Amino acid sequence: MGFIYHIGKYFLMLKKTLAKPESTKIYFNQIIKELDKLGLSSVGIVVIISFFIGAVITIQTGYNISTPFIPRYIIGMITRDSIILEFSSTIVSLILAGKVGSNIASELGSMRVSEQIDALEIMGINSASFLILPKIIASLLINPCLVIISMTIGIAGGWIGGTILTHVISVTDYVHGLQYYFQPYYITYTLIKTEVFAFIITTVSSYWGYYTVGGALEVGKASTKAVVYSTVLILLFNLLLTQLLLS
Amino acid sequence: MIELKNISKKFGGHQVLSDISAVFERGKTNLIIGQSGSGKTVLLKCIVGLFEVDMGEIIYDSVVFSRMKNRERKEIRKQIGMVFQGGALFDSITVEENVIYPLDMFTDLTLIQKIERANFCLDRVNITNANKLFPSELSGGMKKRVAIARAIAIKPKYLFFDEPNSGLDPQNAILIDKLIREITIEFNTTTIVNTHDMNSVIEIGDKIIFIDQGKKWWEGDKNNFLNSNNKELNDFIFATRLMQIVGESESNRKSGY
Ligand SMILES: Nc1ncnc2c1ncn2[C@@H]1O[C@H](COP(=O)(O)OP(=O)(O)OP(=O)(O)O)[C@@H](O)[C@H]1O
Ligand SMILES: [Mg+2]
Repeated sequence: MGFIYHIGKYFLMLKKTLAKPESTKIYFNQIIKELDKLGLSSVGIVVIISFFIGAVITIQTGYNISTPFIPRYIIGMITRDSIILEFSSTIVSLILAGKVGSNIASELGSMRVSEQIDALEIMGINSASFLILPKIIASLLINPCLVIISMTIGIAGGWIGGTILTHVISVTDYVHGLQYYFQPYYITYTLIKTEVFAFIITTVSSYWGYYTVGGALEVGKASTKAVVYSTVLILLFNLLLTQLLLS
Repeated sequence: MIELKNISKKFGGHQVLSDISAVFERGKTNLIIGQSGSGKTVLLKCIVGLFEVDMGEIIYDSVVFSRMKNRERKEIRKQIGMVFQGGALFDSITVEENVIYPLDMFTDLTLIQKIERANFCLDRVNITNANKLFPSELSGGMKKRVAIARAIAIKPKYLFFDEPNSGLDPQNAILIDKLIREITIEFNTTTIVNTHDMNSVIEIGDKIIFIDQGKKWWEGDKNNFLNSNNKELNDFIFATRLMQIVGESESNRKSGY
């Protein structure tokens, strides 16, 4: 019962959020602010994590493929596919769910409990649309960029980790592997996933923040819930989308 | 004038307001008093339309507000100023921007005119040299006053205060009370104030309604509230030793000693 209640309320929130904006100029300013808050501030962590994971994937694959029957360039291909198909979209989105999700929920939650949301409503502002829509739009714009950065850095990480640091693969083999049977559709697939995950992160976290009742303690709980629910939903939709788009 | 007719409100299975009726007149400070948890905030939020009532009607000068759609309410909203329990200043923008905010929403003034108006309102509540500060840099009393400045910025006809002097020392509390009264007379607003501060009641209670557990038990004014025969009201008023002393001297005075 609780489950159905939350789903219903979530869609009602979406309906209110997607209502026609009253003043496009104000929304534009809000979107710029959110781009900075949700996107640019996450570039650092995305770069660091992607570099190390890319390096580790290459090194581990290299050590595990020790039979002479498998050509070395396969290591490059495996790195490429793991990063493009799974790592950059799913893992980066999971990290953003933790970082951005808790940020959104605690911001909206504290605005709710300190009655700032009521103060907006009193001035005739549709608070859901005013606060949440810019976050959704900003995430849909910036998350694909973050994922593309992550793919690039991850592949560079594999290169540096596999050749310079450990010599498990030669540069020629790595580059050959990267190009070997490359399917551009994989990039489309990963960007579609990213957009879906971005929508999940912003709307689910906004939901828990926007409907916080109580005080500071509940704001903390809301932000935990935001992270947990977005994470689980990302994993679930990852499975669904993989079935839909790749099978 | 604001009129409430048989208002009821439920949250889940919890009846928070039952069958409340009252009339609040223009140019007067109308008080809603009651214990913590009695439903004052919910009642005020129903009146301004932040909560929808389950039953009953809310009438703003013969306009039935409670039956209007959100879009139709905008005309009334332009005339409402509200000060929330904790001030509810937007904490990502400065004091000045906070006061300008409703002007952005409801008026076509130029930026210079808006800043002028904001300065006038801030002056009116005795806040000076704080325009560029953020809410987190203000004391509790200053936050309340900035919130009042924001509420009067659009020259409202209806003003609402949710416990405007809770958490303030007695001197500051009296200053806020005086300010509310002056503004009410100066701008001829219909003012409704939630409070459980006895001092405010005696100072500014032109009209008082007492609610407990969501029901209205008594209505009157500051001249007759100390000697009502209502048991619930008396339990509420004379809960402290100080008020008991006030009550005794009042009844001595009335009986001619
Ligand atoms: N959004 C809500 N959902 C469910 N119950 C609520 C909600 N808001 C208030 N209540 C309940 O309504 C009752 C009255 O609360 P209200 O905030 O109006 O009290 P109050 O008189 O303003 O108290 P205080 O003086 O402490 O501010 C409380 O029991 C509270 O739990
Ligand atoms: Mg209250």
